[in-house]
Amino acid sequence: MTGKSSLAYKCAMSEVLFKALADPTRRVLLDELTEKDGQTLFEICGRLAMKHGLSSSRQAISQHLAVLEEAGLVTTRREGRYKFHHVDTTPLRSIVERWPIP
Amino acid sequence: MLTINITSVYVDDQAKALEFYTDVLGFVKKTDVPAGGARWLTVVSPAHPEGVELLLEPTGHPAAKTYKEALVADGIPFTSFAVEDAQAEYERLSAAGVRFVQEPTDLGPVVTAVFDDTCGNLIQIAAQKG
Repeated sequence: MTGKSSLAYKCAMSEVLFKALADPTRRVLLDELTEKDGQTLFEICGRLAMKHGLSSSRQAISQHLAVLEEAGLVTTRREGRYKFHHVDTTPLRSIVERWPIP
Repeated sequence: MLTINITSVYVDDQAKALEFYTDVLGFVKKTDVPAGGARWLTVVSPAHPEGVELLLEPTGHPAAKTYKEALVADGIPFTSFAVEDAQAEYERLSAAGVRFVQEPTDLGPVVTAVFDDTCGNLIQIAAQKG
């Protein structure tokens, strides 16, 4: 039973992970957070608009970040009144574990 | 013809704001007169004493407080000041104990950074390139 629900959980998580990675804007978000980890929503929006010419609204970017967070690829950290976004590539390990690179 | 002569930031405490905006940022006081329970308090850049004034306005209305907190949570600056060199200003202000939530970032035509004004706002500094 435990084994089965654990498998179901893994399947659900990989769905969420691949869905998160399937969107080009979300991949750019990961690129920018990889370049500089720990950014406010304002900085992320500025980078997307100025460096990538993406005209997504702040709300849309916020939703993209929520999808990445659900997949465990982004974490948020509150520091006093500020909120910073961090990248976490740990979930990507499940991909190479599933299809090992020779 | 209308002229823009003033812009404002809502500050939690006018006396504390005057100290920060003059002693730390380097603006100079231009006007300071009583106005109701508060002060009509403005500062200017020493480089442009006859230029646009910055009004240090009390966060009087309850909605202003909510608005300011929401901006800070998302890292959004209340206003932006022009600088020659964002990196140099970042280093100068950091050395003076100013807390930056965004270090100088190259955004193509402009380099920006964002700091906390200790009066409830984030403020952006921006250096145009070229």
